[in-house]
Amino acid sequence: MALHSLDILRRSATTTPAPQARNPMEVAKLIDVSICIGCKACQVACSEWNELREEVGSCVGVYDNPTDLSAQAWTVMRFNEVEENGKLEWLIRKDGCMHCADPGCLKACPSPGAIIQYKNGIVDFHEENCIGCGYCVTGCPFNVPRISKDDGKAYKCSLCSDRVAVGQEPACVKTCPTGAIQFGSKEDMIDVANTRVADLKKRGYDQAGLYNPEGVGGTHVMYVLHHADRPELYNGLPVNPTISALVGLWKGFAKPLAMLSLGALALGSLFHYVTKGPNEVSKETENEIEKEDA
Amino acid sequence: MIRDPKDIKRYNASERANHWVVGISFILLALSGLAFFHPAFFPLTQFFGGPVWSRILHPYIGVLMATAFTVIFFRFRHLNKVTPIDIEWLKKAKNMVDGNDHDMPEQGKYNGGQKMMFWALAGCMLAMTLSGLLIWRAWFHFDITLVRLGAVVHAAAGVTMIGFIMVHVYAAIWVKGTIRAMWYGTVTRAWAKQHHRGWYRQITGK
Repeated sequence: MALHSLDILRRSATTTPAPQARNPMEVAKLIDVSICIGCKACQVACSEWNELREEVGSCVGVYDNPTDLSAQAWTVMRFNEVEENGKLEWLIRKDGCMHCADPGCLKACPSPGAIIQYKNGIVDFHEENCIGCGYCVTGCPFNVPRISKDDGKAYKCSLCSDRVAVGQEPACVKTCPTGAIQFGSKEDMIDVANTRVADLKKRGYDQAGLYNPEGVGGTHVMYVLHHADRPELYNGLPVNPTISALVGLWKGFAKPLAMLSLGALALGSLFHYVTKGPNEVSKETENEIEKEDA
Repeated sequence: MIRDPKDIKRYNASERANHWVVGISFILLALSGLAFFHPAFFPLTQFFGGPVWSRILHPYIGVLMATAFTVIFFRFRHLNKVTPIDIEWLKKAKNMVDGNDHDMPEQGKYNGGQKMMFWALAGCMLAMTLSGLLIWRAWFHFDITLVRLGAVVHAAAGVTMIGFIMVHVYAAIWVKGTIRAMWYGTVTRAWAKQHHRGWYRQITGK
């Protein structure tokens, strides 16, 4: 919202180009899973800054709390216990919107201006234009947007677009006590990640790597993973996320084809009438009936 | 309006009312559905009190249409059994569209084309209803793959159905003397004799 309209890259359900005069740099949030201690300070900061208050839940036997994303919880820590190399590993991933370069939510959204992608990479929901159809949920390969039960609108992490617009880092980044969450230009974040990955490899994590999946054009929230070859270990992070082929078919190819077909049918009918004339009862049949009556 | 007492009754009042419920709900659904399908039609949501109201109302109107169509379906199903004569009629349909209906085989209350329309619309209606339930988030929460499939099927069946209805409406406009059957239920004897001779014989005994 707070970002300038000149900074819009793409707008949902809009077929004309966005303003192209200025091109700010792309930003990214880098979450280093190998440093995260699962303290949930980021969850609290998110809740504080965005004035969200998820209802207090109950313990379900794991540390996940709240247990899922919601309209009131835009980021949650996912705790996973896995056994690797004969040792228990506690993999803790901060879940939330990935701010895809090719956002499935925006592609699926039917309401003009309900989803905005800024040139800096932030994908923002503008709830005043949201109609609550849930198509964004269908489009998202990361299962992130949530429809509020109270107002029927879709919510997710905004990457603190209001803070970023005035030169500040997102609230979760600001508060992270271990430096596991960093924020900067996408280029810089990739550099930082590469240094971290090299370090992890030196310390025996041969498969360490950066999660910045190409299937969605890269993301503006990236992870450093110790097991980048198996992202599914981190609470089912998709190996190769892409916008579902079904959504592609529905929102890509089908739209223009359908519009052309219906248009052609309407015009075809009109010109059929004009060229062939109406199908009226023939004089012959009229006469036959008249004869019967006589 | 004074009409010929010898006109033939094609639809009774209840059948007409039933058809109008389906027709009105279809138009409302097509307008709101197109608005969600393509940005070019998004302004159509203004007919329904805005985009959010369109989203809220659309599925309920869908339930109304599905219910009313089910009644129509069972009412007219027995009249729409496809016979070999219908196949013959369909083979010659091109000549008729071309403006020459002289050698069309004799038809009962419905011709081969109308029967095809009946079954095609029944198929679309079934697909629309089932896929619509899959994507109705106010009441249902299905697996995401099913919801995605539902969205594609709903859009495809919707566009197909709008196409069929355009043909249905145009056929009624093209064949003069047809639309009155929808309004007040009767057709002229000449109309019946020309377009549905078998039915004409059955009714008049001639």
